[in-house]
Amino acid sequence: MRGATILKATDDKTRELNQHNLMAFSGEAGDTIQFAEYIQANIRLYTMRNTTSLPPPAVSSFVRSELSRALRSRRPYTVNLLLGGYDTITDTPALYWIDYLAALAKVPYAAHGYAQYYCLSILDKHHHPDIGFERGMELLRMCTDELKRRLPVDFKGVTVKVVTREGIREVEYVDDKPVKSA
Amino acid sequence: MDTLVAQYSRPSGQQEGYSQDEQQELLQLTPPLSLKFALPPIAQPSSWLRAMTDDYSNPNCPIKIAHGTTTLAFRFQGGIIVATDSRATAGNWIASQTVKKVIEINNCLLGTMAGGAADCQYWLAYLGMQCRLHELRHKRRISVAAASKILANLVYSYKGMGLSMGTMCAGVTPQEGPALYYIDSDGTRLSGNLFCVGSGQTFAYGVLDAQYSYDLSEEDALDLGRRSILAATHRDAYSGGYINLYHVKESGWVKHGFSDTNPIFWKTKLEKGEFSNVTSELE
Repeated sequence: MRGATILKATDDKTRELNQHNLMAFSGEAGDTIQFAEYIQANIRLYTMRNTTSLPPPAVSSFVRSELSRALRSRRPYTVNLLLGGYDTITDTPALYWIDYLAALAKVPYAAHGYAQYYCLSILDKHHHPDIGFERGMELLRMCTDELKRRLPVDFKGVTVKVVTREGIREVEYVDDKPVKSA
Repeated sequence: MDTLVAQYSRPSGQQEGYSQDEQQELLQLTPPLSLKFALPPIAQPSSWLRAMTDDYSNPNCPIKIAHGTTTLAFRFQGGIIVATDSRATAGNWIASQTVKKVIEINNCLLGTMAGGAADCQYWLAYLGMQCRLHELRHKRRISVAAASKILANLVYSYKGMGLSMGTMCAGVTPQEGPALYYIDSDGTRLSGNLFCVGSGQTFAYGVLDAQYSYDLSEEDALDLGRRSILAATHRDAYSGGYINLYHVKESGWVKHGFSDTNPIFWKTKLEKGEFSNVTSELE
């Protein structure tokens, strides 16, 4: 978005940090991509140097420390992040919520911006730690439907990516049905 | 004598209803809708009020008005569900945890309170009075449409003078069936099936929209109303306390408790496994 104009409706606001770690970002234009690609390059460098990839807790700590270091510099990055990762050693998925003040929290579900106000209450009610992929997509549908129904802006659809033991894949998300309001 | 008889009797056909003169007289008896208040001797009452009371734009404001709420109401096949939390906040201070935000206008009409507590309390009580007067004048109960319009016209007459209220009027009348109106201090008046009002409205909408349907059973509707308020009290710092639940039916409204959120939250978490972001174990 630039002023009141949409420049691109299908912008990918995620970066793959390594095989099992995906970072989604939002915030100040310019800052977001610069920071995401800086992190991506450094995580890749680590993987090449040590012939081992960082697990999600290590990735999250690195991202947080870089963001907090920048926060205390002359020009901090104004970016909010979500880190989705799969730990292939302990066989567990992990989600980290990081805001532009470099606060980090490990959470079962997360959102940034206005989406928090609409989606977190839905996830509070319908999320359970042991749900499968299909149920997960149903919850996502409930969330995007609610955003389409109540958010005053049209956010032109979503990009859906899934992080599993097998790696990161993009999922086709059909989102063209109009949502009826009560 | 004849003049006296003529004065106190009239042809049998005119016995029903009021004559032209009487109607005129009644019309003049009706007091003007808005009361006459003495206003402070200031050019712009609204900006003065904001400087004195809005702790968002001025944290050092001398008067902190009680704000912050979640209220909801929705229509379904069995009537209308009305639910609210019970917290009143003045700035960051929780002023009360036991506020009654549902105002019983009469035994078929309910009003809800969001925004300035004093404004809502005062004007809904005033609305109750107007509704009773309507009943006495017209020998039948006021419709929800008319009641909500009294309030809407009233707050509109004070527009720009700093009133702060977001209310819903819910009621069942023989003419309209179940009716629900949203009125706020901007002068907006909307009829609809479902409204959530207050700082916690988005959280309540999230839960409510996901499972709302007009064909909900009475039990499911009550549960959904209660659960939506719980969601808002959990995420919104300015909502909390007790859940006040009402069901408005044709025969009048029924109260379904004023219940503490804390045990309901833990019951919901431990029995249904919801709120998985909150841990119940001590580490």
